[in-house]
Amino acid sequence: MNGVSVGSLYALLAIGYTLVYGILGLINFAHSDVFMLGTYFAFFMIAVFLLPWWLSVLIGVILCAFVGMSIERVAYRPLRNAPRISALITAVGVSFFIENLGLVTVGARPKGFPRPELMKNVYILLGARIQGVTFWVPIISIVILLALFYIVYRTKVGMAMRAVSRDMETTRLMGVDVDRVILYTFALGSALAGIGGILWACKYPQINPLMGIFPGWKAFTAAVVGGIGNVVGAMLGGFIIGLAEILIVAFFPGLTGYRDAFVFAILIIFLLVRPGGLMGEVAREKV
Amino acid sequence: MKDTVLQVEDLHVFYGGIHALKGVSLSVPQGTIVALIGANGAGKSTTLRTISGLVRAKRGRISFEGKDITEELPHRIVEMGIAMVPEGRRIFPNLTVMENLLLGAYTRRDSQGLKRDLDWVFTLFPRLKERTWQKGGTLSGGEQQMLAVARALMSRPRLLMMDEPSLGLAPLLVREIFDIIRELCENGVTILLIEQNAKAALEIAHYAYVLETGRIVLEGEGKKLLEDERVRKAYLGEE
Repeated sequence: MNGVSVGSLYALLAIGYTLVYGILGLINFAHSDVFMLGTYFAFFMIAVFLLPWWLSVLIGVILCAFVGMSIERVAYRPLRNAPRISALITAVGVSFFIENLGLVTVGARPKGFPRPELMKNVYILLGARIQGVTFWVPIISIVILLALFYIVYRTKVGMAMRAVSRDMETTRLMGVDVDRVILYTFALGSALAGIGGILWACKYPQINPLMGIFPGWKAFTAAVVGGIGNVVGAMLGGFIIGLAEILIVAFFPGLTGYRDAFVFAILIIFLLVRPGGLMGEVAREKV
Repeated sequence: MKDTVLQVEDLHVFYGGIHALKGVSLSVPQGTIVALIGANGAGKSTTLRTISGLVRAKRGRISFEGKDITEELPHRIVEMGIAMVPEGRRIFPNLTVMENLLLGAYTRRDSQGLKRDLDWVFTLFPRLKERTWQKGGTLSGGEQQMLAVARALMSRPRLLMMDEPSLGLAPLLVREIFDIIRELCENGVTILLIEQNAKAALEIAHYAYVLETGRIVLEGEGKKLLEDERVRKAYLGEE
């Protein structure tokens, strides 16, 4: 259950990486920092502005979407026609910028994240005592993932996203305002990161400006394992990484210290054996 | 004299450091088929790409139905009524046939007219109707070309630009495509056509321009150019 829970969070975060990569061919390193920002936004809404929980989460997620759109507008769009490596370096820069801005403004000292009662309640399930967070996190994540699939596969803008990811220029010729679609993609991915961050903080209620780094790397691993650019793959990869990480701890408690190394070993193995990922497709040309 | 739909004046385009168009001027009258022929690299595709807004002109002016569109963005130009069938078809292989068509209609807000036009393209291309749920990538080359044309028509363009619609198709399909182009024109769609297959293009074109290294070197009625000695030598492979 814990594996599913962690996995679903990786999945939420991995989708943001995969959406942006699918469209721009760019690894958005700042994505994990949007994840972190989500928790801080929610934290300040709850602890400082004393807003109700649901409203704080909503505002936090919307702010994340705006941050994501701003990053794209300010940092990535001017580099649209630049070599890939420039955009990649910029992404690293944006990531460091947000992390250090966080360290300067809110400080490095971790803050306790105020969890809602819903997450703290202890339920008795089949004789076992389970904390709300253990099953609410995956349930909420899965509902959100389903909503995401609806957007990507059943709406007009989702259709445009899939088209842009395959052929940006031809999508322009269809009358699609591609820059706007890219902006929506960042908004969507960042909102998911924000939700992921807040749920993560419900699970591990200590937040700090660098908290996004490790979940971010692992979610990125999940996106690669699933086949980067592929939304279903990212979700699948998220669950695989989450389960693998928890299972190794469960079966080999002695290896607990190596759980991060284990995840990155999976990444290396996949890159060697199946670089396209599980759902990765081989490009074919048709005459 | 028919109204001019598209007017291109003294167009200069630099493309990857190359002076690709050196003052191209052409006009497309309402309800006609105008062909642009020329060798590889003469600047035919660049001309269409500049009209559609994908490439910016250094100098010159493009106007559509009297409005200056030289600086417009591609999606605005589609909204105004110019659609393009790109070279190499460029079907979205990961989208279904239906989604490809709906993407072509992206700028439209009138759902009833959209439905009517879906029916219209399905009567033009009955084979697409049987394949609406198939992924674009699973279609044969000929079917993809049909889909590319149908997709462009879904925006209800008043000007349809086609970049090498016969490229890579079997002779039988080439004839089918040209029949459809003629039929579209009879239905009131104005067409600007690029072709390597100069003979077929000149046969159906009302008017044609010959492009050579970024300049228009010859123009005239399609049938007349077909008899022109220079054209016969250079583009129809005759001695």
